[in-house]
Amino acid sequence: MRVLAAMSGGVDSAVAAGRAVDAGHDVVGVHLALSETPDALRSGSRGCCSREDAADARRAADVLDIPFYVWDFAARFTEDVVDDFVAAYAEGRTPNPCLRCNEKIKFSALLDRALALGFDAVCTGHYARNVSGVLRRAVDADKDQSYVLAVLTRHQLAHAMFPIGDTTKPRVRAEAAERGLRVADKPDSHDICFIPSGDTRAFLGARLGTRPGAVVDAETGAELARHDGVHGFTVGQRKGLGIDAPAGDGRPRYVLGIEPVSGTVRVGPAAALDVRTVEAERPVWAAGAAPGERFDCVAQVRAHGGLAAATAVVTDAGVVVELDEPLRAVAPGQAVALYRPDADGDVVLGSATITATR
Amino acid sequence: MARQMTQADVTSPAKTTYLDHAATTPVLDEVVAAMADAMRRTGNASSLHTSGRRARRDVEEARERIAAAVGARPSEVVLTTGGTESDNLAVKGLYWARRAADRRRRRVLVSSIEHHAVLDAATWLSEHEDAEVELLGVDEVGRVTPASLRAALARDPASAALVSVMWANNEVGTVNPIRELAAVAHEFGVPLHTDAVQAVGVLPVDFTASGADALTLTGHKLGGPYGAGVLLLGRDIALTPLLHGGGQERDVRSGTLDTPSVVALAKAVEVAVADMPRRAAVLSGLRDDLVGKVLASVPDATLNGDPGTGVIDGGPSRLPGNAHLSFPGCEGDSLLMLLDAQGIECSTGSACTAGVAQPSHVLLAMGADEATARGSLRFSFGHTSTPADVDAVAAVIGQVVDRARRAGQHVPAGGR
Repeated sequence: MRVLAAMSGGVDSAVAAGRAVDAGHDVVGVHLALSETPDALRSGSRGCCSREDAADARRAADVLDIPFYVWDFAARFTEDVVDDFVAAYAEGRTPNPCLRCNEKIKFSALLDRALALGFDAVCTGHYARNVSGVLRRAVDADKDQSYVLAVLTRHQLAHAMFPIGDTTKPRVRAEAAERGLRVADKPDSHDICFIPSGDTRAFLGARLGTRPGAVVDAETGAELARHDGVHGFTVGQRKGLGIDAPAGDGRPRYVLGIEPVSGTVRVGPAAALDVRTVEAERPVWAAGAAPGERFDCVAQVRAHGGLAAATAVVTDAGVVVELDEPLRAVAPGQAVALYRPDADGDVVLGSATITATR
Repeated sequence: MARQMTQADVTSPAKTTYLDHAATTPVLDEVVAAMADAMRRTGNASSLHTSGRRARRDVEEARERIAAAVGARPSEVVLTTGGTESDNLAVKGLYWARRAADRRRRRVLVSSIEHHAVLDAATWLSEHEDAEVELLGVDEVGRVTPASLRAALARDPASAALVSVMWANNEVGTVNPIRELAAVAHEFGVPLHTDAVQAVGVLPVDFTASGADALTLTGHKLGGPYGAGVLLLGRDIALTPLLHGGGQERDVRSGTLDTPSVVALAKAVEVAVADMPRRAAVLSGLRDDLVGKVLASVPDATLNGDPGTGVIDGGPSRLPGNAHLSFPGCEGDSLLMLLDAQGIECSTGSACTAGVAQPSHVLLAMGADEATARGSLRFSFGHTSTPADVDAVAAVIGQVVDRARRAGQHVPAGGR
């Protein structure tokens, strides 16, 4: 096959591209320039769109002896991922920009362009397994990224390759070293790539300005503090609430809900974070259609952790997920990914965007 | 003959058709030989003993040969590491010297189609040295008119520090009327620098006759070595150095002279200039053939820049080897990759450090919209080009453009 390998400059995508080459495919490496201000050289482990990352990707392509290009997707990324991220926070939701990037950039704008140019597939360094369009969790449970790929449609999965999903991260690093890739011991990137400082609140504040509101007790309605904008809060958040006095019962308080129009942030005890029912919209089904109108599954409500056995019910508005055990801190704006448990690796059934919880 | 694109067309070039001579052109065999020969000799041209004198002799003979080839005096040849250094030296050095003589001289007049070595040097002066950069506009073929320069100077002659206008544009190939522009600058007592890296060896370049006060040329665009260039600088022109040290090159450019590179550069300039009339005719023939065949395959493609039928300062009005074309609905990135996969090497314009193709500032200055600017390619011929190179492009351009156009529906910016 003709394979376009998306190369971020990290170790995972470099090894993935190498495996695609080994499998006998014709591989071309492409680094996506996503930052509209790429001037800064990366410091530490953060970011995925700096000049240094582009140079690392280029050197990996050299070692793999494949053609390499840098494509400018910065405008598209800003519009579909960064602006979406900011808008979601402004509306009191908690977005997942990596998921959005997979959905809108890597497996949409990039994949569409690759297919039009004559490629058969896009290859990435994601930790997930994709065999014949069946998407499973990665072998390395700590690194599994199937949650941020569950949004892919059947068509997208048919043209996606994740060559390292069957391998653990330490083994990937060892293989990179064996291949002579200098990124073998490059630190992992953990933060949001377009917020290299790691200070999400400052990033959002610079874009949204000050939108003052109140932090109120969810039970009594009493105002406990003022805040500069709902974008500083996420459901389940405990720190940075700005409340001076401890709660009457002495227990910590958490963000329970966010009302963007009034700017009200409701806080309360941990127990009030428990969610039994998750409503979600715009479902994407990996097989092209839901497994049934009502089916058993395992639900995952955030990128790391947040798992519970559940029953999903398909509705006109989307999907309602009844959890067998309560989950805490389920934030609207995040995705709920639904899996079918399987001894060979849980299989992704679909994903939808959380709109409400009970 | 058009042929069907096959599986190998995306990824596996068979042989290379090199059509990016404006980026760099193969080093001439006799230049390699001269340079290798010189590299085997030891000697610092500033040393006083026999070996030093030998190196000095090599350098000075080279300087005389370069000067003779481009109509300059040997003392006007300042040896540098190439185009970027020469441009920076001219723009910053002239500005500082002119400003030191008269504090009112803050205006740096540069054309909007300059190479970044000039544009960014001027911008730096405005950000750090109190300069005021004025971009001279161009007409629709990318040419600076003497009238626009005169108007810009006449607005406030006392505040003008320098003028910099390139001899021929590296992207679209349009030649500027340097003699006229220099005459206009001199009417106001302002020095003119011209970046002639694309011109030497394919256009008649005579420094003295041009009237320019400073002129940039570089080796690797004309069959010479990389990292070797010249700033021709009129004898009476004051210029503040960028590099301080041993006082080489009239105190204008300190640094141990790179004798092998200088020897090689002189060889290349001599050969290129001597071969210029023949080479220009061959290159313009190939260029016209390519443009004709591309337009036949892709009727809505357009040639950017001057058509090349006029005469300016005794030479053609367009660089002989330059074909710069816009392909509506295509991304330059896509075209370049598809052609590269066919073994055809060309350019989307001037590459930037991160490797991201930016919409060309030259095309934008000529009035093109951003989508057009992004959907353009430069094919540039040089001394190794043959009709087979034209045929290779003609055989695939139609299908490449078709495919890029399909991919162009997934345009990352603008045009959506």
